[in-house]
Amino acid sequence: MDYFLSEEQQMIKELAAQIAREKVRPAAAELDEREEFPREILKVLAQSDLFGVWIPEEYGGLGGGIFEQCLVVEELSKACGGVAVSYAASALGSVPILLFGNEEQKKKYLPLVASGEALAAFALTEAEAGSDAGGLRTTARLEGDVYILNGVKQWITNGGEADLYTVIALTDPSKGIRGASAFIVEKDAPGLSFGPKERKMGIRSSATTEVIFQDCPVPRENLLGRPGQGFLAAMATLDRTRPGIGAQAVGIGTGALEAALQFARERRQFGQPIASFQAIQHKLADMATRLEAARALVYAVARMIDAGQKDISMAAAMAKTFASDVAMEAAVEAVQIMGGYGYMRDYPVEKMMRDVKVTQIYEGTNEIQRNIIAQELIKRAAKGR
Amino acid sequence: MKEVWVYAESEGGRLHPVVSELLGEGRRLAERIGGSLGAVLASSHASLAEELALWADRVYVIQDQSPYTDEWQGQALARLIEAYQPGIVLFGGTRRGKSLAPRVAARLRTGLIADCTSLRLDDGGLLLAELPTFGGRLLTTIACPGHRPQMATLAPGAFAPGPKGSGGEIINCPWAAPEVRAVEVVAQEPLPEEDRPLMGAEIVIAGGRGIGSRANFALLEEVASLLGAAVGASRAAVDAGWVEPEGLIGQTGVIVRPRLYIACGISGATQHVVGMQRSEVIVAVNKDPKAPIFDLATYGVVGDCRQFLLELKRHLAPSRPVDEENEGEND
Amino acid sequence: MRALRIIVCIKQVPHPDEAKVDPETGLVIRDGVPMVLNPNDYFAIEESLRLKETGGGEGVAMTMGPPAAEAVLREAISLGVDDGVLLCHRSFAGADTLATAYALARGIECLGGYDLVLTGSRSTDGETGQVGPQIAEFLGIPHAAELIRPVEVEGDHLLAWHQTDYGQELLQMPLPALLTVAKGMNEPRLPSLRGKMRAKKQAITVWGPEEIKADPDRIGLAGSPTRMLETTLPARKTRSKMLEGSLAEQVAALLHELADMLPGKAGGRP
Repeated sequence: MDYFLSEEQQMIKELAAQIAREKVRPAAAELDEREEFPREILKVLAQSDLFGVWIPEEYGGLGGGIFEQCLVVEELSKACGGVAVSYAASALGSVPILLFGNEEQKKKYLPLVASGEALAAFALTEAEAGSDAGGLRTTARLEGDVYILNGVKQWITNGGEADLYTVIALTDPSKGIRGASAFIVEKDAPGLSFGPKERKMGIRSSATTEVIFQDCPVPRENLLGRPGQGFLAAMATLDRTRPGIGAQAVGIGTGALEAALQFARERRQFGQPIASFQAIQHKLADMATRLEAARALVYAVARMIDAGQKDISMAAAMAKTFASDVAMEAAVEAVQIMGGYGYMRDYPVEKMMRDVKVTQIYEGTNEIQRNIIAQELIKRAAKGR
Repeated sequence: MKEVWVYAESEGGRLHPVVSELLGEGRRLAERIGGSLGAVLASSHASLAEELALWADRVYVIQDQSPYTDEWQGQALARLIEAYQPGIVLFGGTRRGKSLAPRVAARLRTGLIADCTSLRLDDGGLLLAELPTFGGRLLTTIACPGHRPQMATLAPGAFAPGPKGSGGEIINCPWAAPEVRAVEVVAQEPLPEEDRPLMGAEIVIAGGRGIGSRANFALLEEVASLLGAAVGASRAAVDAGWVEPEGLIGQTGVIVRPRLYIACGISGATQHVVGMQRSEVIVAVNKDPKAPIFDLATYGVVGDCRQFLLELKRHLAPSRPVDEENEGEND
Repeated sequence: MRALRIIVCIKQVPHPDEAKVDPETGLVIRDGVPMVLNPNDYFAIEESLRLKETGGGEGVAMTMGPPAAEAVLREAISLGVDDGVLLCHRSFAGADTLATAYALARGIECLGGYDLVLTGSRSTDGETGQVGPQIAEFLGIPHAAELIRPVEVEGDHLLAWHQTDYGQELLQMPLPALLTVAKGMNEPRLPSLRGKMRAKKQAITVWGPEEIKADPDRIGLAGSPTRMLETTLPARKTRSKMLEGSLAEQVAALLHELADMLPGKAGGRP
């Protein structure tokens, strides 16, 4: 389908596809097997300017937005979901600075992210605060000119690898979630440490760790926005990055479709390619149709965000939920089409099936997304819109 | 002058093996045009001139002790060719030949045909040079009608050595070595012999695209050590990174002539074939019964390379328990 | 290291994996085969970029070809080369290596000074590897074929390790000089987005025979001593002895045939 990409967007997509083809695909299976962080590949992405696509030109970026970031994530995901999420997490970690950072903070940090010199991460989730952000326990206590952070963040993508962490912590625990604030914490801050790399089902090349704060001093100038705006910052960020999860899902699903299609054309049973059987054809047709619908939704929402539309929560939740569900289904079907081969690690689709599962879970489970969608629907109906 | 010249590449007091092939083909061409065979040697090793005189009618010797560079040998050769005007000049398609011959041809403003695998002469004495193109899928014939001498580099291994001549004349050519040499050889690191196991190996087992993976190439290496064989590869396997470029056999790699050559998953593109076609016995293993390699093989095995290698390993290492050997097979 | 003006000579070739030959007619199928930058040229471009990053200077890519060959100059610019020069004119067509090298040498001399010329080791379509040394001869400068380690520049000289038939050799030569760069001697970078955008907009210099003051008798078909006479499909030779049965049976039969060539106990089954 033609999505009427601008010349620049077309270039971004082609460059990301080239890197995926030449650098990511050949390494994907081994990175997965060894649970190895893709440092070299991220370096290539940095040299190619792809970390700058969502950052304005005045901060060293290329002046694109969420849509451009989605294009890159989708292409990378066709080759490896783990690499793609390591890249995307740097967007997740830097969007709060874009949205809530003051001029000084933007000038200091965004060029580092845009050039790929600094990798970013976003630290919200805790053991007691998964879907329920009300369970946050990490605190930030103001002492003179520094906030002292204490607490443990869990399942943080790029944990231990990122150079910058956007952290949500309670500056006023008595107000609960309304007392949360957002901070930029640099990796070499004293009192900041990381847990061991989690052993995951999929996206195994990406680093997921605990991020631990023990009397970790953070300069007051690293507070993003005003005290108490932390939860707002987190929600506003996730509204803008959820289409990226959708793009990741569409990418993995499309990778699975392509692998299954190629296999079906080559694999012969009963004297003919299995692609000639209607049972296989209908699976392929459904996968392709649903993935295309998901892509169209993800792109539409990303463009809506970049156009500055304010009311985006519901649309972002729809894009993430629909795309991840469709892609999960596509990956399962790809394995089914390839039969025993699909189940073997010598072929790429079993990894895709493991990798794509998390897109239904992270950045808000699909169940929470449905809550967001339904609440918004009901709210709008009540207002008679 | 109706003379065919060959450039007698030498290093460290030894002639390059390709020189005997050049002399063989040069002799055939000289006989065809009713001319004589000349060899050009740029070396002060007297024994080399005498050795060449066994094959060539005339040996033109440029006395110069300095290490080889394209710069001075190109100048010396071009002057000699201008002075004696041979009709045909042949070089080996070695790295040196392919660096030197183009400079000489450009200096003489004549044509140079690269990597020829077969030479013919038409009735007018025009050299018709045949070479593989498009990765060996085509054979192209090229000639140099209006310029002399006619020059070509010959793919090593593609031509057979010829019989000895009746004893040639050694001509010491005047050569005023340049006082200033712009290019200097500062250091040399000779290739250690152990890095060239393919040279002179009795048995070679080589893998190509059909090997399919690095793991399968490792299996091939294991079988090679059981056979006491050297490991070689086609361009596809080198490009895939399964084996170091030193293992490349063919037009742009090493030429081998073992007693036994086992080609696994190699389709038989001409550029590989010129590197191994003179092996005594050739075994070809390929999934595709129509692969061109079977046109050349002594024995053909149609089947999957991995299974072939596993089967071979089972025979070669019979004392091992048999149950290890079905690893990884899923049929 | 000092700032150098580096000329990289590159070539547009049919995509090596997609060029096909009609098995019946023996004609090369050109329709629909994408044209790309000669894969071996990426190593020369990378070395030029490395030199520029180390010592400053400027890189110019030059190629000869039809108007569409401009694409490979833009590819070079997207990687970081500063400028592109296309030698393009009807009279350049049909050139063999000699006429190609002559035209490129003329083009280089018209650039107004240079320190170093780099080329790939050979093109994937012609595969002769002759053009580099011939450019050097026409320019009257020294060359080294198959550079295998990064070049060092010291004052007016360079030091280059290159591959020979007998090992590796370090040559010292005065600038300007020409080096052909061996495949695999470095890891060529991918383009950057900013590079791609610049490449899209950059003006490409296009020169014909007059601009490079070329002797009309020495360019194109007229200036090419060699002629392609015919192209044929390789002949099929007599077939080998094809072994029969299951793979296990074939291997057993093979080992029986080869019994006296193989070491030790390979002949029989355990």
